[in-house]
Amino acid sequence: MSDKQTITEKIFSRAAERPVKAGDFVLANIDRAMTHDITGPLAVEGFYEIMRNEKEKKVWDPDKIVILFDHQVPADSLNAAQNHIMLRKFVAEQDIKNFYDIFEGVCHQVMPEKGHVLPGQLVVGSDSHTCAYGSLGAFATGIGSTDMAAVFAIGKLWFRVPETIRFEVNGRLGERVYSKDIILKLIGDIGADGARYKACEYAGDAVKSLDVSQRMTISNMAIEMGGKAGIIEPDSITEEYIKERVPGYKLDTDLKSDDGANYSDIRKYDVSDMPPQVACPHNVDNVVDVTEVEGKKIDQVLLGSCTNGRFEDLKIAADIMGDRPVAKGVRLLVIPASRTEYMKALKAGLVEQFMNAGALVESPCCGPCMGGSFGLLGPGEVCIATSNRNFKGRQGSADAFVYLSSPATAAASAIKGKITDPRSV
Amino acid sequence: MAGKAWKFGDDVDTDAVIPGRFLILNDAKDLAKHAFEGVRPEFKDNVKEGDFIVAGENFGCGSSREHAPLAIKGAGVKCVIAKSFARIFFRNSVNIGVPLLECKDADRIAEGDMLEVDMEKGIIKNVTKNEIYSSTPIPDFLMDIVRSGGLIEFTRKIVERKNRG
Repeated sequence: MSDKQTITEKIFSRAAERPVKAGDFVLANIDRAMTHDITGPLAVEGFYEIMRNEKEKKVWDPDKIVILFDHQVPADSLNAAQNHIMLRKFVAEQDIKNFYDIFEGVCHQVMPEKGHVLPGQLVVGSDSHTCAYGSLGAFATGIGSTDMAAVFAIGKLWFRVPETIRFEVNGRLGERVYSKDIILKLIGDIGADGARYKACEYAGDAVKSLDVSQRMTISNMAIEMGGKAGIIEPDSITEEYIKERVPGYKLDTDLKSDDGANYSDIRKYDVSDMPPQVACPHNVDNVVDVTEVEGKKIDQVLLGSCTNGRFEDLKIAADIMGDRPVAKGVRLLVIPASRTEYMKALKAGLVEQFMNAGALVESPCCGPCMGGSFGLLGPGEVCIATSNRNFKGRQGSADAFVYLSSPATAAASAIKGKITDPRSV
Repeated sequence: MAGKAWKFGDDVDTDAVIPGRFLILNDAKDLAKHAFEGVRPEFKDNVKEGDFIVAGENFGCGSSREHAPLAIKGAGVKCVIAKSFARIFFRNSVNIGVPLLECKDADRIAEGDMLEVDMEKGIIKNVTKNEIYSSTPIPDFLMDIVRSGGLIEFTRKIVERKNRG
């Protein structure tokens, strides 16, 4: 048996305090646990249920827990308001300092942004897109509320150490082609369950050349091919990002997959000639070149979400739109992923530009991406979104149609009123 | 006692099980009133205690929302039988005690077939077609959690062991 390990096996070996390999079941120590206003209330109920016979009902480590409100902010119903009250009370009772109320932004943006995620950590979040933090070299995965209740109580959780699929992505992206197009291509190719139970490891020079914002997009969507994580070996780009948030941070250079580590599959891509990609309704793996759906009339454009709501994404869209207005009859919703990203957009003049173009610029939140709040689609309506899911009924009516794309394709479509190749405008 | 099979296809996602606008509800019975509302509105009104959900590959893909298996539990579904399950859905179901069986022969079961299931042995009997299928048993490690009555009970034991020596 080879002692060569994937980065995933290295992280689990540390977290389980023994050498492990793919397939092993472990009870692992959690470095950071994140929950939000949708899945948090059930986790809190579960925690008190576990602790019901204990005199001291305290979480294992309040400094390792992060709680954020992002899905229904500000509260859009009485129930949502009650859920918020319950979580605020829990935060106070448990002395949880890393609490971000309705104004801070989307969990998957705020977690890395505030320095809560470090390379090599085992991070869990009760949200499926927690895999986004793999962009910083953490093993980060989505769990349920009962899982989170157990983490709150003991700081440990059961896992099966996953096998790894290595995606080696090489080549140079063409003009107006981005990491969103890469990940859509990969998902379309392997299918919605192609990486089920596995860790996805993204490597190759095309991935190495991406900034952290672009890396977050491809890690975020590992779950859309069934993946448990979407991890990228941390490098100097990662180190720079972390150092700005955690002064003095120094990268452990051993934090990478060993040469000769065991992969369940290695898939190679050259993205040099790849056109922009679009996922068509109603599955994320229903992916085509943008040229195949060009001209499809749209009613709404969503520019935002934890996948593509950062300043860099808004800038790409703004540059493509220039001084052109949103097409007549089309609604453009712009939702920056966090307050920090919003402020950057504000200072750069993007908010003014979007509003002059006829867009609606919302405060940072998940928005219509999970379909619980405003901006929902009615029967028969068509939306192109920079978010991560186009499931039937996700953004409102089960008779609506959601296409997924990069911010560039979404912006080009917004000014034309129909799905448009961003290279053509 | 046999229950009726409700047949679904591949990649049934958690938004299909329980649409996002109902995630403000935390109670299994309340959630069950909206189960599959967008994609199969007749389910919530006609599902009976002891019925089965039968599906193809990757059942439960998508969100980590535990509201999805909770809605299924609230509807009184006895067991979900699928060719395969999405990872987080599988975890959540084990953790809250919704029985799952991974069965490669799930395609042989049709809508409305009457089924009897022996959970311990993982044997599925199709009463309508007079056929028997086997399924992949849950690994021992997870059976410990199931035998404890779910992850809440399992974790409570760990807490009590720690605090009482």
